This record gives sequence, structure tokens and C-alpha cells, in this order.
Amino acid sequence: MADIRNNFVGIKSPNPFWLASAPPTDKAYNVIRAFKAGWGGVVWKTLGEEGPPVVNVNGPRYGAIWGADRRLLGLNNIELITDRDLQVNLREIKQVKMDWPDRAIVVSLMVPCEEHAWKAILPVVEETDADGIELNFGCPHGMSERGMGAAVGQVPEYIEMVVRWCKANTRMPVITKLTPNITDIRKPARAALAGGTDAVSLINTINSITGVNLDSFAPEPTIDGKGSHGGYCGPAVKPIAMNMVAEIARDPETHGLPISGIGGITTWRDAAEFMALGAGNVQVCTAAMTYGFKIVQEMIAGLENWMDEKGHTSLDDIVGRATPNVTDWQYLNLNYIAKARIDQDACIKCGRCHIACEDTSHQAITSMVDGVRHFEVIEAECVGCNLCVNVCPVENCITMEPLAVGVMDQRTGKPVSPIYANWTTHPNNPMAKVAAE
Amino acid sequence: MPEGQFKQGIAGGRLSPEQYADNFADLHPPLDHHEALVESDRCYFCYDAPCMNACPTSIDIPLFIRQISTGNPIGSAKTIFDQNILGGMCARVCPTETLCEEVCVREVAEGKPVQIGRLQRYATDVAMAENKQFYKRSEPTGKTVAVVGAGPAGLAAAHRLARHGHDVTILEARPKPGGLNEYGIAAYKSVDNFAQAEVDYVTSIGGIDIQNGKALGRDYQLSDLTRNYDAVFLGMGLAGVNALRADGEEAQGVTNAVEFIAELRQASDLASLPVGRRVVVIGGGMTAIDAAVQSKLLGAEEVTICYRRGPEHMNASEFEQDLAAANGVIIRHWLQPKRVIADGGKVAAIELEYTAMDGDRLVGTVDQVFKAIGQSFVPAALNGSGAEIALEAGRIKVDAEGRTSLANVWAGGDCIFGGDDLTVSAVAQGRDAAESIHRALTSNGRA
Repeated sequence: MADIRNNFVGIKSPNPFWLASAPPTDKAYNVIRAFKAGWGGVVWKTLGEEGPPVVNVNGPRYGAIWGADRRLLGLNNIELITDRDLQVNLREIKQVKMDWPDRAIVVSLMVPCEEHAWKAILPVVEETDADGIELNFGCPHGMSERGMGAAVGQVPEYIEMVVRWCKANTRMPVITKLTPNITDIRKPARAALAGGTDAVSLINTINSITGVNLDSFAPEPTIDGKGSHGGYCGPAVKPIAMNMVAEIARDPETHGLPISGIGGITTWRDAAEFMALGAGNVQVCTAAMTYGFKIVQEMIAGLENWMDEKGHTSLDDIVGRATPNVTDWQYLNLNYIAKARIDQDACIKCGRCHIACEDTSHQAITSMVDGVRHFEVIEAECVGCNLCVNVCPVENCITMEPLAVGVMDQRTGKPVSPIYANWTTHPNNPMAKVAAE
Repeated sequence: MPEGQFKQGIAGGRLSPEQYADNFADLHPPLDHHEALVESDRCYFCYDAPCMNACPTSIDIPLFIRQISTGNPIGSAKTIFDQNILGGMCARVCPTETLCEEVCVREVAEGKPVQIGRLQRYATDVAMAENKQFYKRSEPTGKTVAVVGAGPAGLAAAHRLARHGHDVTILEARPKPGGLNEYGIAAYKSVDNFAQAEVDYVTSIGGIDIQNGKALGRDYQLSDLTRNYDAVFLGMGLAGVNALRADGEEAQGVTNAVEFIAELRQASDLASLPVGRRVVVIGGGMTAIDAAVQSKLLGAEEVTICYRRGPEHMNASEFEQDLAAANGVIIRHWLQPKRVIADGGKVAAIELEYTAMDGDRLVGTVDQVFKAIGQSFVPAALNGSGAEIALEAGRIKVDAEGRTSLANVWAGGDCIFGGDDLTVSAVAQGRDAAESIHRALTSNGRA
């Protein structure tokens, strides 16, 4: 049986599934329910400095986009950090940690970008016996207008400065949560490392407008006729998040920096993918907000079963296993040739592969053969682009099959070469490096 | 239990008023907004969609379903009506299980097609509830067209002709328009007087004058029409009912199924409609199923369909056969009637012969026998047409555009050779004949 216990920068939890800092972790009531359901840890919803709590809007806080059958694909929010009293939160954190010692409790923090503010809050958090802190440099709405959240996360120098203050003023592990609302995720990660962070977590939410009300012409969610960009999350952001995780994992400067992966994780498979790209554990929010806490049971069992099936005994066997395979385009093997194949027994003859290829790509799929509705790849036209695979409604009906070395590529009329050759040496590349004689 | 249930002979009032209401409620209740959105999400928007190719009127089904899914049911209704102005009725009565839904790729993939018929009903219901009219008449052409029969073929032809600016007069033999939509469809397939609502919706384009109670060959002759109108469209359907060819079939209690179905549709009080305690229906098509199921729903204790061949030969679809079985109708195969045995002039029993077993026979007690072994075209009404109209296998012969052998006379629907007893096919033939008429009247479509 695979061992999925997690040790993330010294923070131990029975599984790698944490709830991200968000509404599900705002108070003891929710967190206890989450632990009862089986979550390995939580990042407690962001605390602010002592004083009157922040206030939230009193209208809708969330907007969404949906797929077929109104399956929630993307969610955004304009909720701020916790609007509960600091002391209440601290008391609850201490109690819950006492009652659930085997679970991880990390406390998310966001205070003004001044050293005294951080110096003030760190000891009171430490006093709760929480396992660590997460610096919220990510929230893109509201707090960022006040110089916090993403306003810090978008300036690497600020990140480095605040991380340094925290490391200097607490014994707790520091996880720096990054905003994706920047051009190059490696810069804030490097800054966090330079400041001495123990780990980064990403991604926070993405600036977004989920919809426009076409009666009132106002963005949604709409508050009294107006809307503000919210932070976008959920399954739709997973590809963006995974790329950013991989970028940090494979950057020579930050390689090896622990990463807590966040962004649209809904199933065990999503989690395994993040970990394969270099995340030491994962954080989940939208999936829980969509389906409730029970989903963790599917995640735990699914991850264990997959690991057992593949012979992985611990999380160390899978974390970062895909990182070396993420490379730059210029290093991709241009001599690798694949062709689409349609399994005629599985084909339901919807014709979407044909029309996608015919209208928008390479005219490489038939619609009619000998007067009969029939969808088949024309190898001489197929460039192996994979669009047909992606639009086919039947899983594994269309597959990309690599041509073996020596086999004739009917499109080019040339046999498949056994040699790995990429753009850096391609004759069409004016910058090509000539191989040493 | 109402005491009438086991009354001997042919009698009404077998059920309670609540039972009648329940039994004759909508067979497929309309999809509500949520159901329509969920169902429309299942459509794959196929290329060269098999459903569309299977539709005799070639409705762009993937497009109209996509329009429902994007919150545009009005646009969806227009997509439907562009091809089939009787799309509302077709949504209710089409045997979708042998047309669009049979070839739906989700039927192929998972044995559960997109419910195209019910989605079509959803969209057309929305448009008709708003009385949304999509078509305006072109400038009047001054041309006049007579349409014989206000059934699906005639109405579809009339609408298309009126759209093109021609003035249409429909001559209908029955007291009400609608044809089989009004008189020939099982009551639970077209509730709430839908057939008349649809006639009103179709004719509100203007330029269509329906004259009821005008029968060809009785009240006027075809030659009157060819003389007085620029063109004529014949869509009078089938007036004849095939005989059983069994001894004693003139006995009281042997009834044409089509008349029973018509009477039922027109009945204001179903309790007043008499039905036998033990009923036998002879035939294997939709009419047989409709008569049998409705007999059962009226309270007949025992209803048996006898068909002379096997289940795979029945014209009634598998769905219709299942519907009959679910309503307690017994379907017996390889049986044909030999003799109706009367007692005091009334049906008392029927003697049946096994068609596949060398003349083996059986006799069953029965109060009522329905004949549902097909209808036939009655060409006598065409007498007085001057030159004879050419027939083929007993029905009117037409070319690909619906032209008969007579100049300026077109035909469509069940009365033509090649008609397949489907509302939707009649609509397609009426519509296409109208286009042909329009081309002929306006020198190839140009007024």
C-alpha cells in the first residue's frame, strides 16, 4: 500500500491534500468538518493586523463560468481576507491544532508592507502552535488597492523584503504564496528564495471578469450596478498553474525550492500531475466549494490506487518526476513524427474531427468513403497536430501514433529518421549551431 | 372502482373522470426550461449530422439545439420553422425513434439519443406562446392557388405559397382544418387542442382562406379549380379504409379504427365514448396501436392486436409496440381474421387463423373489432377532372417536384404514390410542391 504521508518543509500531514486559504478555512467550524472528512491540512484563511476587521461587500462575491450541464469550470471572487476578529481566529486556530495534532495548520497572513506590522503579528500566530505561515502576496482584488496582496507579489523586491522580515522574526516555516498576475513567475519565486523563504505556493487567483450582464451592462458579480475584477480559480486555471509550477521547478535558480501546488485541483489525477511537475503537496479550494469536503476521499483513494498500480511507494517517488521532461520548444525533436489514428469500432461518427480538420486545419480527415459516412485520417495530409483527438467526444477513439524509425512519412515522402534533431541545429534556423567537426 | 368497468358489450362510462383525465394526458410532457438546457447540452453538434439527414424536412437539428443551449429559443424556433412550418406538431407526433433519434450518434454511442423531438417541442412552444411570427408575405403576385385538404401537406404548401405572395384558398372536406393532425392522431399525442392552435399560427401569415365542409367531387370538381385558379395543389389524403375480407365483417361492432380515433379526438366528454369490454384490433401500423392503446385507456378490459406477420414486419415502431405493451395491450402475431361471429347482429366472437401454421384457427370472445389494415386513396373524387390524372399503384403519380400528369396541378402527402403516412413527409412534399408552383407561376421564381 502506497504511503501518502506528506512532509512539506517539516510540516507533516497524513496526506498531501490541504485546503487552500479561502472561505472553506475561515473558521473552526469549517476546518473541523474538513478534518473529519479527511483533509490532511489547511491553510487558515488570511488574517490581517489587529484592529477593526475588514468588511466585505454585501452582494454577490462570486462569479462563474460553466461547461455542459452547468458543470462549474471557473469561479472568481471578490471576497477579502477574513472579516472576523483577529483574536477570535487565533483562539480557534490554537484550539483546533490542539484537537487535531496530526493535521497541518498553516496560517495565511497579510498585513501592511511595514516591518513593524509583520513583527506584531508573527509572535501571536506562533503562540497558536500553528505549523507554519503562508504570506498572501496574491489576492488580486481589494487588498491590493491598499498596497497588500498582489501589490506586493508583483514587485519582487517587496517579496524579498517581507520574506526576510518574516524569516528574521519567526521560527515557523515560511511559505510565500505567489500571484500569477505577472509576466514571468520565476522572478517572484527567485525573490522569495533570496529572502529566505522555505517554500512557495502557487497560484493565487487570476484577475478576471466572468461575465457581463447584458441587461444592465455590468460585469458580474454585480454590486449595485458595478463590478470589479475578481480572482479566478477552478478547473479552468489548472493549465496556467501547472505551467507556473513547472517553470519554477525547472529554473536552475529555484530548482529544489519546495512548492505547494494550487490551481483547479479537483481530482487525484490533478494532484498527481501537479506533484509530478514538482509540487511537494497540493492545496484545493474550488473543488471543495463546488462539491463539499467529501471529495478528498476520492483524492486519497485515487492517489493511493494509482501509486500502488504503478509501484510508487511514497510521494517522493512521484514529486518532480515530470520536471525534467518540461523543456523549451527549441529542444523538441523535430524528427519525431506522429499520425492520428481513428478507432473505427469506437467512432460514433459525429464528424467533429472531420470538420475541425477540414475547416480549420489540414484537410486530413475524410467524411465520406465510397458514398458511406466514414472518418479516416489521410496520412499524406496529417501533420499530427492532435486537434482531432481534442475535439473527439469519445475518449481514446482517436489516438496519436508515433511512426517507427524507418517508416515512410507519406506527407513528406521521407522515412522517419532515428536521429534526435531540434531547431537549434535545423538548417532553416539562421542561428543554427553547426555541429563540431 | 367505477361500476362501468366490466360492463358487457360496447359501452361508455367505464372509468372515473379522473382516470380519463390521467389516461389522456400528454404522452411526453413538455420539457421545462431546466430540462431543455440539460438535454441540449448533450448534443455534439455533429458535422453533416445524421439526425438532419434522417429528417424528411431536413431541419438543421444541431443548430436549433445549439440555439436552445445558448438561451436563444426564438432563434431555435425559426431554424425549425424555416424547414417545417408544422414543426410544433411534428415534435409531438413524429416517430423520432425511427427518424432523427434513431441515427443520433449518442444512440449509437450509449443507446440514449438526444431527445430531439422534445427539444423541438420546447423551442416551438416558446415561439408559439409568444405568437412570434417569423415570416412576412412578399408583395402580392396576383396569382391564386387552390389547395385541396387542410392537412399537413396542404397547410405546408399554403404557408409557403402565401409567403411568396400568392393568394391561397384551402378547401377542406371536414368541419375543421388540420387533417390527420386534427382527426387522426392519438389524443395523448396532441393535447390542449394543439392542432387548431397550430392552424391558427400557420395561417396568421395572411393570404390563406380556409373553407371547411367543401369536399372534392361533392361540392366542386377538379376542373372548377383548374379553371378558376392559377394552380392547384391536391393534398386530400386517403379517404378509403381497407376491408378485412372476413366473413360477417358487416356486423355491428366492427368499426374503422380511423373513425374511432377521429371520434375520440372530437369527443368533448370521453365518458360518452363507448368502447368494448373485449376489443380486437386487426392491423400492425400506427393506427392499430393508436386504436388499441386508446381503447385500453377508455377502459376496455382486454385489448388484443392481431397482426398477420411478425413483430419485425409491423409498421408501428418498436417504441409504439412497447407503448402498447406498457398500456396492457396484447400484441399477437401471425394471425388474420377469417370470420366475425355475430349474435343478434352484434359482434360476439372472432375466428382467427394462424398465417404461418397451415390454417390452424382459434375463436375468441369479443365485443368490438377495429379495422386498421391500411387506408386507400379514393380516386372517384377526381372524376370530373376532365383529363384523367395519372395514378400509380392506386395513388396520384407525381414527379420529383410534386407535379401530377395534369398541367398546373400538383399533389403531396398521403394521396401521392410514395407517400409514407408521416406528417413530416407530407409537410416536406407540400413545401416543395409550393416552391415548384411558385417557380411555375413566376417564371422561375422571379415575379
